[in-house]
Amino acid sequence: MIVLYVMAAVLLVISLLANREKTVKALRIALRRFTKIAPAFVVMLVLVAVALYLLPEQTVLHTLTPESRWMAVAAGLGVGSISVMPGFIAFPLCGTLLSRGAPYMALSAFSTALMMVGIVTFPLERTYLGWRLALARNVTSLLVALAVAVATGIFFGEIL
Amino acid sequence: MAVRRHIWPIVLGTLFTAFVLISVAVGFDPGKEMGSNFLGFLLQMLKVLPPVFVVIGLFEVWVKTETVERHLGHGSGLKSYAWAILMAGGTVGGLHVALPVAHALRVKRARLGVVLAMLSAAGICRIPMTLFEASFLGWKFTGVRFLVSLPLVIVTSALLGRWFERSGYELPDLEGR
Repeated sequence: MIVLYVMAAVLLVISLLANREKTVKALRIALRRFTKIAPAFVVMLVLVAVALYLLPEQTVLHTLTPESRWMAVAAGLGVGSISVMPGFIAFPLCGTLLSRGAPYMALSAFSTALMMVGIVTFPLERTYLGWRLALARNVTSLLVALAVAVATGIFFGEIL
Repeated sequence: MAVRRHIWPIVLGTLFTAFVLISVAVGFDPGKEMGSNFLGFLLQMLKVLPPVFVVIGLFEVWVKTETVERHLGHGSGLKSYAWAILMAGGTVGGLHVALPVAHALRVKRARLGVVLAMLSAAGICRIPMTLFEASFLGWKFTGVRFLVSLPLVIVTSALLGRWFERSGYELPDLEGR
């Protein structure tokens, strides 16, 4: 986080020294881009806030440790697609799930879908990519997550 | 005009704010929790986004379209995907950071497939996140996940990119005239 600020500041100073007008123009572009996308961010944040309430850690824990492995994978894909959580929450949660008996392949499905597929971030993604491309990217990502889960299952000897 | 285009965010934002305020007033816990979730995430975003947008602004002004096109555009070959993965590894934050960056690259004529690969890979292999993942689930788990998902991401992104470019697909215009 601090690195990001330092980088932005250094670049800004260099740019300012090199050409004042261009720098002012760059800041204008930055501001315009930001205000343009702000409404989509608000929508995303509202959806994230609701999703986080509906899918707290306990629910995830409960859903990802069923009897059948395939059910666990399906649950992992589903829960991962819907919920949004930063990595520093998600992976410790995965660690807990593992110790409670969740199969590796379900954790793989969950974490891959969590990071690559975003239902609540879809409105934001649509604003940037257009809905057709955003939809296509999310659907393929879901398939990739499934493939990764199967590969994990094979590698950890959970299937075959 | 501007109001009409943003009708959904306005309606949703207003309803949500009203819901949270009423929840606080009558002591409805789920509503209060959603409100605090919202504020928490909002603060997180406001912390990350300003420098990101400043860097994007500088990128737009200083980096020549030809440079991006040469390294990430058509005819730049497989190496462009390596760049995409490297860029994704260095990304901070999630999709909310990767998306504006992706859009800026595309505007400078990066290939669509490369842009998509960067977006999806940003979910998989951000370096700080990877360290976290491996420490909780083991390097074997992370290794398998990487080895399987990155090639798949590259192939599917390349195919999707080619498919959409062939049909003449353009990203939404965010320039705002």
